[in-house]
Amino acid sequence: MTTFRPNSVGRPIKRREDPRLIRGLATYTDDVKLPRMTYAAFVRSDFAAGAIRSMDTTAAAAHPGVVGVYTYADMAGQVGATPIGVEIPGMPDHPLLANGRVLYVGHPVAVVIAESPYAARDAAAMVEVDIEPREAVVDVEAALAPDAPKVYEELDSNVCLQIPAPNPEADKLFEQADQTLSIRLLNQRVAPFPMEGRAICAHWEEGPGKLTLWTSNQAPHSVKQQIAMCLGIPEIRIRAIAPEVGGGFGAKIPTYAEDALLCWVSRDLKRPVKWSETRTENLLGMTHGRGHVEKIDVAFQNDGRVLALKGQTISDIGAFRSFFGPFIALSTHTMSCGCYDIKAVAWETSSVFTNTMATEAYRGAGRPEAAYIIERVMDEVAAATGLDPVAVRRRNFISKDAFPHTTPAGATYDTGDYEKSLARLVELAGYDEARAEQHSAREEGRLVGIGLATFTEVCGLGPSTGATPQQRMGTWESATVRVEPTGNVTVYTGVSPHGQGQETVFAQMVSDAFGVGIDDVVVVHGDTDQVQHGVGTFGSRGIAVGGAALDMALVKVHAKATRIAAHHLDAPVDQIDYEDGEFTVTGTDRKLTFRQVAEMAHLWNVNVPGEEPGLEAVARFEPSATTYPFGAHLCQVEIDPESGQIEIQRYVAVDDFGEVLNPMLADGQRLGGLVQGIGQAMWEEIQYDEGGQLLSGTLMDYAVPRAKQFPRMELDNTVTPTPINPLGAKGIGELGTIGATPCIVNAIVDALRPLGITNIDMPAKPERVWQAIQAAGAAQ
Amino acid sequence: MPDTVPVAVTVNGSKHQREVEPRTLLVHFLREELDLTGAHVGCESTLCGACTVHLNGRAVKSCTVLAVQADGQEVTTIEGLAASADELHPLQVGFWEKHGLQCGYCTPGMIMAAKQLLDDNPNPSEAEIREAIDGNICRCTGYQQIVDAVQHAADAAGVA
Repeated sequence: MTTFRPNSVGRPIKRREDPRLIRGLATYTDDVKLPRMTYAAFVRSDFAAGAIRSMDTTAAAAHPGVVGVYTYADMAGQVGATPIGVEIPGMPDHPLLANGRVLYVGHPVAVVIAESPYAARDAAAMVEVDIEPREAVVDVEAALAPDAPKVYEELDSNVCLQIPAPNPEADKLFEQADQTLSIRLLNQRVAPFPMEGRAICAHWEEGPGKLTLWTSNQAPHSVKQQIAMCLGIPEIRIRAIAPEVGGGFGAKIPTYAEDALLCWVSRDLKRPVKWSETRTENLLGMTHGRGHVEKIDVAFQNDGRVLALKGQTISDIGAFRSFFGPFIALSTHTMSCGCYDIKAVAWETSSVFTNTMATEAYRGAGRPEAAYIIERVMDEVAAATGLDPVAVRRRNFISKDAFPHTTPAGATYDTGDYEKSLARLVELAGYDEARAEQHSAREEGRLVGIGLATFTEVCGLGPSTGATPQQRMGTWESATVRVEPTGNVTVYTGVSPHGQGQETVFAQMVSDAFGVGIDDVVVVHGDTDQVQHGVGTFGSRGIAVGGAALDMALVKVHAKATRIAAHHLDAPVDQIDYEDGEFTVTGTDRKLTFRQVAEMAHLWNVNVPGEEPGLEAVARFEPSATTYPFGAHLCQVEIDPESGQIEIQRYVAVDDFGEVLNPMLADGQRLGGLVQGIGQAMWEEIQYDEGGQLLSGTLMDYAVPRAKQFPRMELDNTVTPTPINPLGAKGIGELGTIGATPCIVNAIVDALRPLGITNIDMPAKPERVWQAIQAAGAAQ
Repeated sequence: MPDTVPVAVTVNGSKHQREVEPRTLLVHFLREELDLTGAHVGCESTLCGACTVHLNGRAVKSCTVLAVQADGQEVTTIEGLAASADELHPLQVGFWEKHGLQCGYCTPGMIMAAKQLLDDNPNPSEAEIREAIDGNICRCTGYQQIVDAVQHAADAAGVA
């Protein structure tokens, strides 16, 4: 737990963010209003691949209210390429607007700026773009064929990055194993679909020579840096603000071409410019997630022990390199062992271009794919050996005494007790009774299935030195604690929460450190002019890294306050006791309150030998390693054989994310992640046709989960702290999406296994399930 | 510039008159003309519910209502839900108490949809709550704590 004795921390404190949000008084980017505002609308390619023969912007430029129409030619030589997080030598850059060729449907080719959003959209429709289409490559496996059309004609193939990791030890174990099996698994492309899409307001002020950019983003300090690099504006003249942000899920980590472009436009026009994407633009042009094909071979013994894995990941990274895009799939290999003591792993990861929107981190980013693989494998091993899925998992668990544990895939797990969470799950879910009921149901001919997932994942990545030299982002986080003369406290954090609740949890931490009320604390984030440099909110790092930085800053301030109190109480520092906001000389009633110390430090008694006036500290926490939370999930489904309709009857999740700072908020993170994961397992899919046209470009076609599709989830947790940070907290944001997809699909396959069905690809839509049932019936 | 038409709408008890393009959506009228930015645009197609407001006491998706259709009508938005600036509506209390929101973008619409439910059915079951908010998408919460929030509001009203 935190360095300070928990009082507020650990309790389900309701959020301090909420009063503005529930009253409609929050300021999202689209709510920003500035004098002389202009509005942008983008012209996007209707073709997945082709050469731009000509563009005619005359009619658009003449449309009433239009103040500017820009194509790439207008900015060539003045701007850099779309920002990326990690360089890959030899790979083409992605211009801010299409430069002579289009690479995917939705590729921006021009932008229209007008006095109103309606006028901008009207005029955008008047831009004539003549494109000579050429053959697109859409399917990622087809893109690997030697004669496949190439996304980039200047490259030798569509492969952007290929990392082979062969392993002779794995080959040997495959020869020795009692049994082997092979499985091909799809992790389909999905839309992150934050409720607020991308929104940008760029404001260049010619007088001070300053650019202010409001952008719906998870990492505004990164945005500031990327915009500076892209436009050649010194970063000291850029202020990036992530105001209220309506969800991100990884897709708001990148600095988008549109961000940089509208900054350039604002400087060119010397007027502010605002853009909020439509939902169709969001589905076309916000990065997608997943998009993996995996081929897995497993070597195992008759007693259920898994010896070795050989895997191949083909990752569809779309038409250009997004911020981390080509590298996301590498963590699938790294996390391929899950929570099991597997002896050897061989893998090959290929990140491949296709004529589709780029993919990027999406809630889990490579780890859900890994969990999906190994958890599906465990169920198939159970089926092949005739063992219960619980027994197979227990047989393979890494022992709780074996931590830190380095897997053959290269991950070093900090702590874990997988048996504990599984035992709690078995108890809470009444596993044996559930199996008995399933048996009875099967006797009646009903398709009831029970699925399990016992998984581990990666949170709060570190250290920065583990990254490649080209990586443009560290893994540390920052916090400033500024005590005001009144004893009220302002916290400046480098994380950029957008729903996670750090304004509340960080105030709880301050309250425990200084004995002030949480309403006497303000947490400032998401503004590069206010907050010292920071990194952002993604990868489940808000508490495990950002909270750890705050703890460090609190320790520094507390130590100084103690020294000041000791001076004024005329006692040695080691004789000062602290409790509930009071510094007391040991064994006496001589004391000063924290608020008195704060006042002294600033106003009337600042002269303490060896101390500067004021009461403030900055801290940066660089994780020495990464944390590995884990969980055990169970779900029960029943399938209607006539329609393929799947009813989720129960979902029970026992997670372990170390110490818990606010259990109510933790539940929220877990429940939201579960529904997103179940959404992927059952309904969600970004679909392109063979020519690269997006088929799922509206909410009529893209199935975001809705309230009545779910039963009440049952949650519990075990607590296995991490030694990596002073809080003992691991990450929590991505547990749900990581555990849910294999849990659901295992349940569906379990229901269908009596019919001889051994796999259903996601999304397990009723049609797909019904067809599998029909095919199985025809085969029998 | 395009032709405009006069529109007079009573919003949260105050009458507002503006000249707008006939195609102006009610949500844009509220957000741009009246600076009431609580209703959010999430899909522009009636499918996500982030823009839900009440028109003459019934929940509507204001992204597919024209401002001219609200001419002479009464609109209530999230900003006008509570009895006064110092108070919260029981639904707002419920969402706060039960952590019924995370990023908050869907929240005003979700609350206005839930108000319709409680106006029609003061003691809804969990299934009825889930049915009533099925036209409103939340991507953050997984809905369970929203269900709890609406139940909290219903229970509070029952006690009062």
